[in-house]
Amino acid sequence: MMLAENVVELTIASQLEYIDLVTTLTDNITSMIGFDEESAYWINMAVRESVANAVEHGNKYDQQKSVDIRYTIGVDALRVTVRDYGEGFDPATLPDPLDPNNLLNPAGRGILYMRTFMDSVEYDRHPEGGMIVSMSKRRAPKQPSHDVSEGEHKRDAVGN
Amino acid sequence: MQLEIRERAVGDVVILEMFGKITIGEGSVQLRDAVSKLLDSGRNKIVLNLGGVGYVDSSGIGELVSRYTTTKNAGGRLKLLNLPKKIKDLLMITKLLTVFEIYEDEQAALDSFQ
Repeated sequence: MMLAENVVELTIASQLEYIDLVTTLTDNITSMIGFDEESAYWINMAVRESVANAVEHGNKYDQQKSVDIRYTIGVDALRVTVRDYGEGFDPATLPDPLDPNNLLNPAGRGILYMRTFMDSVEYDRHPEGGMIVSMSKRRAPKQPSHDVSEGEHKRDAVGN
Repeated sequence: MQLEIRERAVGDVVILEMFGKITIGEGSVQLRDAVSKLLDSGRNKIVLNLGGVGYVDSSGIGELVSRYTTTKNAGGRLKLLNLPKKIKDLLMITKLLTVFEIYEDEQAALDSFQ
């Protein structure tokens, strides 16, 4: 049997105003494929952080450069990639936000949050320029369609 | 508007009650401006009531840290009140829970300035 993956893609301009559009789409997708409210909240935040980084640090608000977001809805996981068209960077060179000397830094926590909330986060330089962030979150195993409580309601309905 | 801020004074302490989102862009800027305005007028005992804030991103967390530092450097104190669980989680992940003074009761927050 072939297991299909569904893909949803969105391209936005490098403007913070569009981030809410991305978060709305993320919420719709996580709800549609059955993530619980808590997981959906943190996935939303991870995607939001990634897109904000792409707009601010990647494309540096350059209106000529877009941010491409791609959701791949797999049977086992939701994968999200976020691509910018900036100069790229090496995430290993970023300061550790948990280092006591950095605790009061005003910035630098976004990637830590993304790594905390997603199962995997990878950074790669895109061969045609820019960075591509790939994140994934496992989906909870599907519950059996047979629902005991539902059955009881049905029986009650029949009895009444 | 991303963030609504209501200002209330109790003695020489100012409570900023916040409603909405503190995220990159507008919300973070509104928080920065509100605290700067207080410090510029010499009011440096500040409580941020975050009970009405439904969403904070890393930029918002960074703004809280910046306002904490700025207020401290101005000889004052900035304390947090009524933290929603998710904001508490974000502070815990980044080891900031012990940096801020956090209160769940307004009177306790006010008393802490005495």
